[in-house]
Amino acid sequence: MRLPLLPSVVVLTATLVFAMVVAVGIGSVNVPIADTWHILTGGTGGDPIQDQIIWQYRLPRVLLAALAGAGLSAAGVVLQALAGNPLADPQVLGVSSGASVGAVLVITLGTGAAGGLGVSSAAFVGAMGAAVLVFVLGQQRGRLTPTRLVLAGVAVGYVLLAVTSYIQLQATPNELGAVMFWMLGSVAGAQWDQLGPLAALVACCGLFITLYGRRLNALVTGEESATALGLNVRRARVGLLAASSLLVGAVIAVAGGIGFVGLMIPHVVRLCFGTDHRRVVPVSALVGAAYLVLVDLLSRTVDAPNELPLGILTAVFGAPFFLWLLRRDRSVTAS
Amino acid sequence: MKLVVDEVAVTLESTPVLRGVSVEVERGAIVGLVGPNGSGKSTLLRTVYRSLRPERGAVRLGGTDVWAMSARESALRTAAVLQDNTIPAGMTVAEVVELGRTPHQGVERAPVAEAMRRTGTLALAGRPFGALSGGERQRVLLAKALAQSPLLLVLDEPTNHLDIRARFELLELVRELGVTTLAVLHDLDLAVRSCDSLVVLHEGRVAAAGPPLDALTPGVLSDVFGVVGEVAAHPDGVVRVTYAARPLATGLVLS
Repeated sequence: MRLPLLPSVVVLTATLVFAMVVAVGIGSVNVPIADTWHILTGGTGGDPIQDQIIWQYRLPRVLLAALAGAGLSAAGVVLQALAGNPLADPQVLGVSSGASVGAVLVITLGTGAAGGLGVSSAAFVGAMGAAVLVFVLGQQRGRLTPTRLVLAGVAVGYVLLAVTSYIQLQATPNELGAVMFWMLGSVAGAQWDQLGPLAALVACCGLFITLYGRRLNALVTGEESATALGLNVRRARVGLLAASSLLVGAVIAVAGGIGFVGLMIPHVVRLCFGTDHRRVVPVSALVGAAYLVLVDLLSRTVDAPNELPLGILTAVFGAPFFLWLLRRDRSVTAS
Repeated sequence: MKLVVDEVAVTLESTPVLRGVSVEVERGAIVGLVGPNGSGKSTLLRTVYRSLRPERGAVRLGGTDVWAMSARESALRTAAVLQDNTIPAGMTVAEVVELGRTPHQGVERAPVAEAMRRTGTLALAGRPFGALSGGERQRVLLAKALAQSPLLLVLDEPTNHLDIRARFELLELVRELGVTTLAVLHDLDLAVRSCDSLVVLHEGRVAAAGPPLDALTPGVLSDVFGVVGEVAAHPDGVVRVTYAARPLATGLVLS
Protein backbone atom coordinates (compact mmCIF):
# COMPACT_ATOMS: atom_id res chain seq x y z
CA MET A 1 0.00 0.00 0.00
CA ARG A 2 1.60 3.22 -1.13
CA LEU A 3 0.01 6.61 -1.32
CA PRO A 4 0.70 8.87 -4.31
CA LEU A 5 3.36 11.39 -3.25
CA LEU A 6 2.31 14.68 -4.79
CA PRO A 7 -1.41 14.68 -3.90
CA SER A 8 -0.51 13.46 -0.41
CA VAL A 9 1.97 16.30 0.13
CA VAL A 10 -0.66 18.81 -0.98
CA VAL A 11 -3.23 17.30 1.40
CA LEU A 12 -0.72 17.13 4.26
CA THR A 13 0.38 20.72 3.77
CA ALA A 14 -3.25 21.87 3.73
CA THR A 15 -3.89 19.81 6.88
CA LEU A 16 -0.91 21.39 8.62
CA VAL A 17 -2.01 24.94 7.75
CA PHE A 18 -5.62 24.21 8.75
CA ALA A 19 -4.55 22.56 12.00
CA MET A 20 -2.36 25.55 12.84
CA VAL A 21 -5.13 28.07 12.18
CA VAL A 22 -7.60 26.04 14.26
CA ALA A 23 -5.05 25.58 17.04
CA VAL A 24 -4.32 29.30 17.10
CA GLY A 25 -8.03 30.07 17.50
CA ILE A 26 -8.82 27.61 20.28
CA GLY A 27 -7.95 28.12 23.94
CA SER A 28 -9.20 29.76 27.11
CA VAL A 29 -10.45 32.54 24.84
CA ASN A 30 -11.87 31.09 21.63
CA VAL A 31 -11.47 33.10 18.48
CA PRO A 32 -13.69 32.06 15.53
CA ILE A 33 -11.69 30.59 12.68
CA ALA A 34 -12.59 33.37 10.23
CA ASP A 35 -11.42 36.03 12.72
CA THR A 36 -8.25 34.03 13.40
CA TRP A 37 -7.48 33.92 9.70
CA HIS A 38 -8.25 37.63 9.44
CA ILE A 39 -5.87 38.47 12.30
CA LEU A 40 -3.13 36.14 11.06
CA THR A 41 -3.22 37.59 7.56
CA GLY A 42 -2.54 41.05 8.94
CA GLY A 43 -6.08 42.24 9.39
CA THR A 44 -6.73 44.75 12.16
CA GLY A 45 -9.69 46.56 13.55
CA GLY A 46 -10.91 43.66 15.65
CA ASP A 47 -10.59 43.13 19.36
CA PRO A 48 -7.06 44.22 20.46
CA ILE A 49 -7.10 41.56 23.21
CA GLN A 50 -7.74 38.87 20.62
CA ASP A 51 -4.89 40.33 18.54
CA GLN A 52 -2.59 40.10 21.50
CA ILE A 53 -3.62 36.59 22.51
CA ILE A 54 -3.05 35.32 19.03
CA TRP A 55 0.20 37.11 18.25
CA GLN A 56 1.82 36.92 21.68
CA TYR A 57 0.72 33.52 23.00
CA ARG A 58 -1.01 31.23 20.57
CA LEU A 59 0.96 31.69 17.36
CA PRO A 60 4.44 31.24 18.87
CA ARG A 61 3.23 28.16 20.71
CA VAL A 62 1.66 26.60 17.62
CA LEU A 63 4.74 27.40 15.55
CA LEU A 64 6.96 25.85 18.20
CA ALA A 65 4.83 22.70 18.21
CA ALA A 66 5.13 22.48 14.41
CA LEU A 67 8.90 23.05 14.44
CA ALA A 68 9.41 20.54 17.26
CA GLY A 69 7.32 17.90 15.49
CA ALA A 70 9.15 18.44 12.22
CA GLY A 71 12.60 18.41 13.80
CA LEU A 72 12.07 15.34 15.97
CA SER A 73 10.53 13.37 13.11
CA ALA A 74 13.29 14.20 10.62
CA ALA A 75 15.94 13.37 13.23
CA GLY A 76 14.13 10.10 14.02
CA VAL A 77 14.33 9.03 10.37
CA VAL A 78 18.09 9.62 10.36
CA LEU A 79 18.75 7.94 13.69
CA GLN A 80 16.78 4.83 12.70
CA ALA A 81 18.78 4.65 9.47
CA LEU A 82 22.13 5.28 11.18
CA ALA A 83 21.51 2.80 13.99
CA GLY A 84 20.11 0.25 11.56
CA ASN A 85 17.43 -0.29 14.16
CA PRO A 86 13.72 0.44 13.84
CA LEU A 87 13.52 1.19 17.57
CA ALA A 88 16.10 3.97 17.52
CA ASP A 89 14.74 7.40 18.32
CA PRO A 90 16.06 10.73 19.58
CA GLN A 91 16.16 9.37 23.14
CA VAL A 92 18.32 6.36 22.32
CA LEU A 93 21.41 8.43 21.64
CA GLY A 94 21.49 10.01 25.08
CA VAL A 95 20.94 13.49 23.67
CA SER A 96 17.71 14.10 25.56
CA SER A 97 19.25 12.82 28.81
CA GLY A 98 22.04 15.38 28.39
CA ALA A 99 19.46 18.09 27.84
CA SER A 100 17.64 16.99 31.00
CA VAL A 101 20.77 17.39 33.12
CA GLY A 102 21.24 20.95 31.89
CA ALA A 103 17.61 21.90 32.33
CA VAL A 104 17.16 20.28 35.73
CA LEU A 105 20.36 21.87 36.98
CA VAL A 106 19.06 25.35 36.18
CA ILE A 107 15.49 24.68 37.38
CA THR A 108 16.60 23.42 40.79
CA LEU A 109 19.84 25.25 41.50
CA GLY A 110 19.23 28.44 39.55
CA THR A 111 21.09 29.93 36.63
CA GLY A 112 24.28 30.26 38.65
CA ALA A 113 24.75 26.48 38.50
CA ALA A 114 25.12 26.59 34.75
CA GLY A 115 27.27 29.67 34.38
CA GLY A 116 24.35 32.07 34.03
CA LEU A 117 22.61 30.12 31.24
CA GLY A 118 18.84 29.92 31.09
CA VAL A 119 16.95 26.60 31.07
CA SER A 120 16.93 26.32 27.28
CA SER A 121 20.57 27.25 26.81
CA ALA A 122 21.69 24.89 29.58
CA ALA A 123 19.58 22.10 28.06
CA PHE A 124 21.12 22.72 24.65
CA VAL A 125 24.65 22.67 26.07
CA GLY A 126 23.83 19.44 27.93
CA ALA A 127 22.40 17.87 24.77
CA MET A 128 25.46 18.75 22.69
CA GLY A 129 27.81 17.55 25.44
CA ALA A 130 26.03 14.18 25.54
CA ALA A 131 26.06 13.96 21.72
CA VAL A 132 29.83 14.55 21.59
CA LEU A 133 30.40 12.01 24.36
CA VAL A 134 28.30 9.34 22.61
CA PHE A 135 30.03 10.13 19.34
CA VAL A 136 33.50 9.67 20.89
CA LEU A 137 32.53 6.49 22.75
CA GLY A 138 30.75 5.11 19.68
CA GLN A 139 33.98 4.92 17.71
CA GLN A 140 36.19 1.88 17.43
CA ARG A 141 39.60 2.47 15.93
CA GLY A 142 38.32 5.40 13.91
CA ARG A 143 35.24 3.50 12.76
CA LEU A 144 31.79 4.65 13.77
CA THR A 145 29.76 1.46 14.11
CA PRO A 146 25.98 1.54 14.57
CA THR A 147 25.93 -1.05 17.35
CA ARG A 148 28.57 0.75 19.41
CA LEU A 149 26.77 4.02 18.81
CA VAL A 150 23.51 2.68 20.23
CA LEU A 151 25.26 0.98 23.16
CA ALA A 152 27.23 4.14 23.95
CA GLY A 153 24.01 6.18 23.72
CA VAL A 154 22.17 3.88 26.10
CA ALA A 155 25.09 3.84 28.57
CA VAL A 156 25.56 7.61 28.52
CA GLY A 157 21.80 8.02 28.83
CA TYR A 158 21.68 5.92 32.00
CA VAL A 159 24.57 7.78 33.62
CA LEU A 160 22.99 11.13 32.85
CA LEU A 161 19.64 9.89 34.11
CA ALA A 162 21.34 9.03 37.40
CA VAL A 163 22.75 12.57 37.55
CA THR A 164 19.31 14.04 36.85
CA SER A 165 17.70 11.85 39.52
CA TYR A 166 20.30 12.89 42.08
CA ILE A 167 19.73 16.58 41.41
CA GLN A 168 15.96 16.02 41.63
CA LEU A 169 16.35 14.52 45.10
CA GLN A 170 17.73 17.85 46.28
CA ALA A 171 14.83 19.79 44.78
CA THR A 172 11.82 21.32 46.54
CA PRO A 173 8.32 20.03 45.60
CA ASN A 174 7.72 23.21 43.61
CA GLU A 175 10.89 22.75 41.62
CA LEU A 176 10.07 19.07 41.12
CA GLY A 177 6.79 20.00 39.45
CA ALA A 178 8.63 22.27 37.04
CA VAL A 179 11.21 19.56 36.37
CA MET A 180 8.53 16.96 35.62
CA PHE A 181 6.69 19.34 33.31
CA TRP A 182 9.91 20.15 31.46
CA MET A 183 10.93 16.53 31.10
CA LEU A 184 7.58 15.55 29.62
CA GLY A 185 7.69 18.39 27.13
CA SER A 186 5.60 21.46 26.57
CA VAL A 187 5.37 24.30 24.09
CA ALA A 188 3.48 26.56 26.50
CA GLY A 189 6.46 28.82 27.13
CA ALA A 190 7.13 29.53 23.45
CA GLN A 191 8.73 32.90 22.80
CA TRP A 192 9.29 34.67 19.52
CA ASP A 193 13.01 35.24 20.13
CA GLN A 194 13.60 31.48 20.40
CA LEU A 195 11.56 30.64 17.32
CA GLY A 196 13.80 32.41 14.81
CA PRO A 197 16.98 30.46 15.56
CA LEU A 198 15.05 27.20 15.95
CA ALA A 199 13.27 27.68 12.63
CA ALA A 200 16.58 28.43 10.90
CA LEU A 201 18.17 25.34 12.43
CA VAL A 202 15.26 23.02 11.59
CA ALA A 203 15.23 24.35 8.03
CA CYS A 204 19.01 24.00 7.55
CA CYS A 205 19.35 20.55 9.13
CA GLY A 206 16.16 19.33 7.42
CA LEU A 207 17.46 20.47 4.03
CA PHE A 208 20.87 18.92 4.69
CA ILE A 209 19.31 15.58 5.64
CA THR A 210 16.97 15.63 2.65
CA LEU A 211 19.91 16.30 0.32
CA TYR A 212 21.63 13.33 1.94
CA GLY A 213 18.56 11.19 1.12
CA ARG A 214 20.23 9.19 -1.63
CA ARG A 215 23.24 8.51 0.56
CA LEU A 216 20.91 7.45 3.39
CA ASN A 217 19.30 4.97 0.99
CA ALA A 218 22.73 3.47 0.26
CA LEU A 219 23.76 3.58 3.91
CA VAL A 220 20.87 1.42 5.14
CA THR A 221 21.95 -1.42 2.83
CA GLY A 222 25.02 -1.95 5.00
CA GLU A 223 28.53 -0.55 5.35
CA GLU A 224 30.19 -2.74 2.71
CA SER A 225 27.39 -2.23 0.23
CA ALA A 226 27.40 1.54 0.78
CA THR A 227 31.18 1.65 0.30
CA ALA A 228 30.84 -0.28 -2.96
CA LEU A 229 28.26 2.32 -4.04
CA GLY A 230 30.89 5.04 -3.64
CA LEU A 231 29.98 6.40 -0.23
CA ASN A 232 32.52 7.71 2.23
CA VAL A 233 30.63 5.91 4.98
CA ARG A 234 32.40 7.55 7.90
CA ARG A 235 31.96 11.06 6.58
CA ALA A 236 28.28 10.44 5.80
CA ARG A 237 27.64 9.03 9.29
CA VAL A 238 29.41 11.89 11.05
CA GLY A 239 27.55 14.53 9.04
CA LEU A 240 24.16 12.91 9.55
CA LEU A 241 24.78 12.29 13.23
CA ALA A 242 25.81 15.91 13.74
CA ALA A 243 22.75 17.23 11.90
CA SER A 244 20.31 15.00 13.77
CA SER A 245 21.90 15.66 17.19
CA LEU A 246 21.73 19.39 16.52
CA LEU A 247 18.05 19.08 15.56
CA VAL A 248 17.13 17.01 18.61
CA GLY A 249 19.20 19.18 20.96
CA ALA A 250 17.66 22.41 19.73
CA VAL A 251 14.08 21.11 19.85
CA ILE A 252 14.42 19.58 23.32
CA ALA A 253 16.17 22.66 24.64
CA VAL A 254 13.15 24.79 23.78
CA ALA A 255 10.26 22.33 24.14
CA GLY A 256 11.51 19.75 26.63
CA GLY A 257 11.61 15.99 26.26
CA ILE A 258 8.78 15.08 23.91
CA GLY A 259 8.98 11.34 23.34
CA PHE A 260 7.52 8.95 20.76
CA VAL A 261 7.21 11.47 17.92
CA GLY A 262 10.65 10.72 16.50
CA LEU A 263 10.02 7.00 16.83
CA MET A 264 6.48 6.77 15.49
CA ILE A 265 6.21 9.27 12.64
CA PRO A 266 9.03 7.78 10.49
CA HIS A 267 7.36 4.36 10.68
CA VAL A 268 3.99 5.74 9.64
CA VAL A 269 5.53 7.62 6.73
CA ARG A 270 7.57 4.64 5.52
CA LEU A 271 4.45 2.52 5.67
CA CYS A 272 2.52 4.96 3.46
CA PHE A 273 5.25 6.23 1.14
CA GLY A 274 7.96 3.54 0.95
CA THR A 275 11.56 3.60 2.10
CA ASP A 276 13.15 6.23 -0.17
CA HIS A 277 14.70 8.77 2.21
CA ARG A 278 14.39 11.58 -0.32
CA ARG A 279 10.64 11.28 0.34
CA VAL A 280 10.62 9.95 3.90
CA VAL A 281 12.59 12.86 5.42
CA PRO A 282 10.51 15.82 4.16
CA VAL A 283 7.18 13.99 4.48
CA SER A 284 8.02 12.91 8.04
CA ALA A 285 8.79 16.52 8.91
CA LEU A 286 5.42 17.58 7.49
CA VAL A 287 3.46 14.83 9.25
CA GLY A 288 5.36 15.35 12.52
CA ALA A 289 4.60 19.07 12.45
CA ALA A 290 0.86 18.55 11.95
CA TYR A 291 0.79 15.77 14.55
CA LEU A 292 2.40 17.81 17.30
CA VAL A 293 0.23 20.87 16.57
CA LEU A 294 -2.84 18.70 17.10
CA VAL A 295 -1.38 16.99 20.19
CA ASP A 296 -0.65 20.40 21.71
CA LEU A 297 -4.19 21.55 20.92
CA LEU A 298 -5.50 18.49 22.73
CA SER A 299 -3.11 18.94 25.65
CA ARG A 300 -4.66 22.31 26.51
CA THR A 301 -8.31 21.49 25.74
CA VAL A 302 -8.84 17.99 27.13
CA ASP A 303 -8.57 19.10 30.76
CA ALA A 304 -8.96 22.90 30.40
CA PRO A 305 -7.96 25.14 32.06
CA ASN A 306 -5.19 22.70 33.09
CA GLU A 307 -2.53 21.78 30.59
CA LEU A 308 -1.08 18.32 30.14
CA PRO A 309 2.56 17.84 29.20
CA LEU A 310 2.93 16.80 25.55
CA GLY A 311 4.98 13.73 26.41
CA ILE A 312 2.03 12.16 28.21
CA LEU A 313 -0.27 12.50 25.21
CA THR A 314 2.32 11.45 22.62
CA ALA A 315 2.90 8.29 24.67
CA VAL A 316 -0.82 7.64 25.21
CA PHE A 317 -1.52 7.90 21.47
CA GLY A 318 1.83 6.72 20.26
CA ALA A 319 2.27 3.45 22.09
CA PRO A 320 -1.04 1.76 21.16
CA PHE A 321 -0.78 3.00 17.61
CA PHE A 322 2.74 1.69 17.43
CA LEU A 323 1.72 -1.73 18.73
CA TRP A 324 -1.07 -1.87 16.18
CA LEU A 325 1.42 -0.97 13.47
CA LEU A 326 3.82 -3.69 14.57
CA ARG A 327 1.06 -6.28 14.47
CA ARG A 328 -0.40 -5.41 11.13
CA ASP A 329 2.78 -4.71 9.19
CA ARG A 330 5.58 -7.24 9.15
CA SER A 331 7.95 -4.84 7.40
CA VAL A 332 8.44 -2.77 10.56
CA THR A 333 9.88 -5.67 12.51
CA ALA A 334 11.47 -7.71 9.73
CA SER A 335 15.12 -6.84 9.48
CA MET B 1 38.96 -2.67 -18.16
CA LYS B 2 42.00 -4.67 -17.05
CA LEU B 3 42.37 -5.35 -13.34
CA VAL B 4 45.79 -5.95 -11.80
CA VAL B 5 46.13 -7.01 -8.17
CA ASP B 6 49.82 -6.70 -7.39
CA GLU B 7 51.37 -8.43 -4.36
CA VAL B 8 48.54 -7.43 -2.03
CA ALA B 9 48.95 -8.17 1.68
CA VAL B 10 46.29 -7.69 4.39
CA THR B 11 46.32 -8.42 8.11
CA LEU B 12 43.03 -8.53 10.02
CA GLU B 13 42.93 -8.65 13.84
CA SER B 14 46.71 -9.35 13.77
CA THR B 15 46.18 -12.44 11.56
CA PRO B 16 47.73 -12.29 8.09
CA VAL B 17 44.85 -12.99 5.69
CA LEU B 18 46.54 -12.16 2.39
CA ARG B 19 50.31 -12.67 2.11
CA GLY B 20 51.20 -11.14 -1.23
CA VAL B 21 48.52 -12.06 -3.74
CA SER B 22 48.72 -11.18 -7.42
CA VAL B 23 45.79 -11.59 -9.81
CA GLU B 24 45.20 -10.32 -13.32
CA VAL B 25 41.84 -10.06 -15.03
CA GLU B 26 42.04 -9.22 -18.71
CA ARG B 27 39.46 -6.88 -20.18
CA GLY B 28 36.19 -8.73 -20.81
CA ALA B 29 37.38 -11.90 -19.07
CA ILE B 30 35.68 -13.76 -16.22
CA VAL B 31 38.14 -14.88 -13.58
CA GLY B 32 36.98 -17.19 -10.78
CA LEU B 33 38.48 -16.90 -7.34
CA VAL B 34 38.27 -20.28 -5.61
CA GLY B 35 39.64 -21.70 -2.39
CA PRO B 36 38.49 -23.23 0.87
CA ASN B 37 36.76 -21.20 3.60
CA GLY B 38 39.13 -18.70 5.20
CA SER B 39 41.58 -18.66 2.30
CA GLY B 40 41.15 -14.89 1.84
CA LYS B 41 38.81 -14.71 -1.17
CA SER B 42 36.34 -12.18 0.19
CA THR B 43 39.16 -10.14 1.72
CA LEU B 44 40.83 -9.90 -1.68
CA LEU B 45 37.55 -8.69 -3.18
CA ARG B 46 37.29 -6.02 -0.49
CA THR B 47 40.63 -4.54 -1.54
CA VAL B 48 39.32 -4.42 -5.12
CA TYR B 49 36.03 -2.63 -4.43
CA ARG B 50 37.91 -0.23 -2.18
CA SER B 51 36.51 -1.23 1.16
CA LEU B 52 39.75 -2.51 2.73
CA ARG B 53 43.09 -0.83 2.11
CA PRO B 54 45.94 -3.32 1.63
CA GLU B 55 49.02 -2.89 3.80
CA ARG B 56 51.30 -3.73 0.91
CA GLY B 57 50.83 -4.00 -2.79
CA ALA B 58 48.47 -2.24 -5.14
CA VAL B 59 45.16 -2.73 -6.92
CA ARG B 60 45.15 -1.13 -10.35
CA LEU B 61 42.16 -0.80 -12.64
CA GLY B 62 43.06 0.29 -16.18
CA GLY B 63 46.46 1.33 -14.86
CA THR B 64 45.10 3.57 -12.07
CA ASP B 65 45.54 2.65 -8.41
CA VAL B 66 42.02 2.30 -6.99
CA TRP B 67 43.32 3.50 -3.62
CA ALA B 68 44.40 6.76 -5.25
CA MET B 69 40.77 7.36 -6.24
CA SER B 70 37.95 8.61 -4.07
CA ALA B 71 35.27 6.12 -3.03
CA ARG B 72 32.95 7.66 -5.59
CA GLU B 73 35.48 7.57 -8.44
CA SER B 74 36.08 3.91 -7.68
CA ALA B 75 32.33 3.17 -7.60
CA LEU B 76 31.98 4.76 -11.06
CA ARG B 77 34.29 1.99 -12.36
CA THR B 78 33.72 -1.01 -10.08
CA ALA B 79 30.40 -2.51 -8.99
CA ALA B 80 30.05 -5.30 -6.46
CA VAL B 81 27.43 -7.95 -5.71
CA LEU B 82 28.05 -8.82 -2.07
CA GLN B 83 26.81 -11.56 0.22
CA ASP B 84 25.47 -9.36 2.98
CA ASN B 85 22.86 -6.88 1.93
CA THR B 86 20.34 -5.45 4.33
CA ILE B 87 17.76 -4.27 1.85
CA PRO B 88 15.02 -2.57 3.92
CA ALA B 89 11.76 -4.45 3.96
CA GLY B 90 9.27 -2.83 1.64
CA MET B 91 11.87 -1.54 -0.81
CA THR B 92 10.78 -2.35 -4.37
CA VAL B 93 12.94 -4.00 -7.00
CA ALA B 94 13.10 -0.78 -9.03
CA GLU B 95 14.31 1.12 -5.96
CA VAL B 96 17.00 -1.48 -5.27
CA VAL B 97 18.27 -1.25 -8.84
CA GLU B 98 18.19 2.54 -8.66
CA LEU B 99 20.66 2.37 -5.76
CA GLY B 100 23.22 1.50 -8.42
CA ARG B 101 23.04 5.09 -9.67
CA THR B 102 24.23 6.44 -6.30
CA PRO B 103 27.75 7.38 -7.47
CA HIS B 104 26.39 9.09 -10.59
CA GLN B 105 25.07 12.64 -10.71
CA GLY B 106 21.31 12.82 -11.04
CA VAL B 107 19.01 9.86 -11.40
CA GLU B 108 18.65 8.75 -15.00
CA ARG B 109 15.89 6.30 -15.79
CA ALA B 110 17.59 4.80 -18.86
CA PRO B 111 20.53 2.93 -17.22
CA VAL B 112 18.19 1.55 -14.54
CA ALA B 113 15.70 0.25 -17.11
CA GLU B 114 18.52 -1.11 -19.28
CA ALA B 115 20.07 -2.97 -16.35
CA MET B 116 16.69 -4.49 -15.51
CA ARG B 117 16.07 -5.46 -19.11
CA ARG B 118 19.47 -7.20 -19.42
CA THR B 119 18.90 -9.18 -16.21
CA GLY B 120 15.28 -10.03 -16.98
CA THR B 121 14.00 -8.23 -13.90
CA LEU B 122 11.79 -5.60 -15.58
CA ALA B 123 8.66 -7.62 -14.79
CA LEU B 124 9.57 -7.57 -11.10
CA ALA B 125 9.98 -3.77 -10.93
CA GLY B 126 7.11 -2.99 -8.56
CA ARG B 127 7.48 -6.00 -6.28
CA PRO B 128 9.01 -5.79 -2.79
CA PHE B 129 12.56 -7.15 -2.81
CA GLY B 130 11.78 -9.21 0.31
CA ALA B 131 9.10 -11.19 -1.54
CA LEU B 132 11.46 -12.49 -4.26
CA SER B 133 12.98 -15.95 -4.56
CA GLY B 134 16.73 -16.37 -4.00
CA GLY B 135 17.44 -16.54 -7.73
CA GLU B 136 15.37 -13.43 -8.43
CA ARG B 137 17.14 -11.54 -5.64
CA GLN B 138 20.57 -12.29 -7.07
CA ARG B 139 19.44 -11.15 -10.52
CA VAL B 140 18.11 -7.92 -9.01
CA LEU B 141 21.39 -7.34 -7.14
CA LEU B 142 23.21 -7.96 -10.41
CA ALA B 143 20.92 -5.40 -12.05
CA LYS B 144 21.79 -2.92 -9.29
CA ALA B 145 25.49 -3.49 -10.02
CA LEU B 146 24.89 -3.08 -13.77
CA ALA B 147 23.00 0.16 -13.19
CA GLN B 148 26.29 1.48 -11.82
CA SER B 149 27.58 1.23 -15.46
CA PRO B 150 30.69 -0.58 -14.24
CA LEU B 151 33.91 -1.40 -16.11
CA LEU B 152 34.59 -4.16 -13.56
CA LEU B 153 32.14 -6.47 -11.81
CA VAL B 154 33.07 -8.03 -8.49
CA LEU B 155 30.87 -10.92 -7.34
CA ASP B 156 31.13 -12.53 -3.91
CA GLU B 157 29.64 -16.02 -4.06
CA PRO B 158 26.71 -14.89 -6.22
CA THR B 159 25.27 -18.41 -6.50
CA ASN B 160 25.12 -19.10 -2.76
CA HIS B 161 21.79 -20.57 -1.66
CA LEU B 162 20.56 -20.82 -5.26
CA ASP B 163 19.05 -23.97 -6.72
CA ILE B 164 20.91 -25.66 -9.54
CA ARG B 165 19.01 -24.06 -12.41
CA ALA B 166 19.28 -20.59 -10.89
CA ARG B 167 23.06 -21.11 -10.55
CA PHE B 168 23.49 -21.92 -14.22
CA GLU B 169 21.16 -19.08 -15.19
CA LEU B 170 23.03 -16.52 -13.13
CA LEU B 171 26.46 -17.43 -14.50
CA GLU B 172 25.08 -17.65 -18.03
CA LEU B 173 23.79 -14.13 -17.49
CA VAL B 174 27.19 -12.91 -16.23
CA ARG B 175 28.79 -14.38 -19.39
CA GLU B 176 26.31 -12.60 -21.64
CA LEU B 177 26.98 -9.25 -19.97
CA GLY B 178 30.56 -9.22 -21.32
CA VAL B 179 31.81 -7.07 -18.43
CA THR B 180 35.25 -7.77 -16.93
CA THR B 181 34.44 -9.90 -13.89
CA LEU B 182 36.20 -11.21 -10.81
CA ALA B 183 33.96 -13.69 -8.98
CA VAL B 184 34.38 -15.71 -5.80
CA LEU B 185 32.78 -19.10 -6.42
CA HIS B 186 32.43 -22.02 -4.06
CA ASP B 187 31.04 -24.49 -6.56
CA LEU B 188 34.15 -25.77 -8.41
CA ASP B 189 32.17 -27.42 -11.17
CA LEU B 190 30.35 -24.16 -11.85
CA ALA B 191 33.68 -22.31 -11.74
CA VAL B 192 35.43 -24.49 -14.32
CA ARG B 193 32.43 -24.29 -16.65
CA SER B 194 31.95 -20.57 -16.56
CA CYS B 195 35.33 -18.91 -15.97
CA ASP B 196 38.04 -18.09 -18.50
CA SER B 197 40.62 -18.70 -15.83
CA LEU B 198 40.80 -19.52 -12.13
CA VAL B 199 42.89 -18.26 -9.25
CA VAL B 200 43.17 -20.75 -6.38
CA LEU B 201 43.77 -19.12 -3.00
CA HIS B 202 45.12 -21.11 -0.08
CA GLU B 203 46.02 -19.64 3.29
CA GLY B 204 46.41 -16.15 1.85
CA ARG B 205 48.57 -17.14 -1.11
CA VAL B 206 47.93 -18.01 -4.75
CA ALA B 207 48.26 -21.79 -4.89
CA ALA B 208 47.56 -22.05 -8.60
CA ALA B 209 46.30 -19.87 -11.43
CA GLY B 210 45.47 -20.21 -15.09
CA PRO B 211 42.81 -21.77 -17.33
CA PRO B 212 40.57 -24.16 -15.32
CA LEU B 213 42.25 -27.30 -16.66
CA ASP B 214 45.71 -26.01 -15.69
CA ALA B 215 44.78 -24.46 -12.35
CA LEU B 216 42.69 -27.24 -10.82
CA THR B 217 45.03 -30.24 -11.07
CA PRO B 218 44.36 -33.35 -8.96
CA GLY B 219 47.27 -32.18 -6.79
CA VAL B 220 45.61 -28.80 -6.13
CA LEU B 221 42.25 -30.46 -5.47
CA SER B 222 43.84 -32.71 -2.87
CA ASP B 223 46.35 -30.26 -1.30
CA VAL B 224 44.12 -27.16 -1.20
CA PHE B 225 40.58 -28.54 -1.04
CA GLY B 226 41.32 -31.91 0.57
CA VAL B 227 39.33 -33.88 -1.99
CA VAL B 228 40.25 -36.51 -4.54
CA GLY B 229 39.06 -35.69 -8.03
CA GLU B 230 39.99 -34.43 -11.44
CA VAL B 231 39.09 -31.73 -13.93
CA ALA B 232 38.72 -32.91 -17.49
CA ALA B 233 37.25 -31.83 -20.77
CA HIS B 234 34.48 -34.26 -21.67
CA PRO B 235 33.69 -35.40 -25.22
CA ASP B 236 30.88 -32.81 -25.41
CA GLY B 237 33.52 -30.10 -24.99
CA VAL B 238 32.46 -29.14 -21.46
CA VAL B 239 35.05 -29.03 -18.67
CA ARG B 240 33.79 -30.78 -15.55
CA VAL B 241 35.02 -31.66 -12.10
CA THR B 242 34.51 -35.26 -11.12
CA TYR B 243 35.14 -36.45 -7.61
CA ALA B 244 36.40 -39.91 -6.62
CA ALA B 245 34.12 -42.56 -5.09
CA ARG B 246 35.63 -41.72 -1.71
CA PRO B 247 36.46 -38.07 -2.25
CA LEU B 248 37.94 -37.14 1.13
CA ALA B 249 41.72 -36.90 0.64
CA THR B 250 42.63 -37.78 4.24
CA GLY B 251 39.48 -39.44 5.52
CA LEU B 252 36.76 -37.80 7.60
CA VAL B 253 38.21 -35.86 10.50
CA LEU B 254 35.92 -35.58 13.50
CA SER B 255 37.43 -33.80 16.41
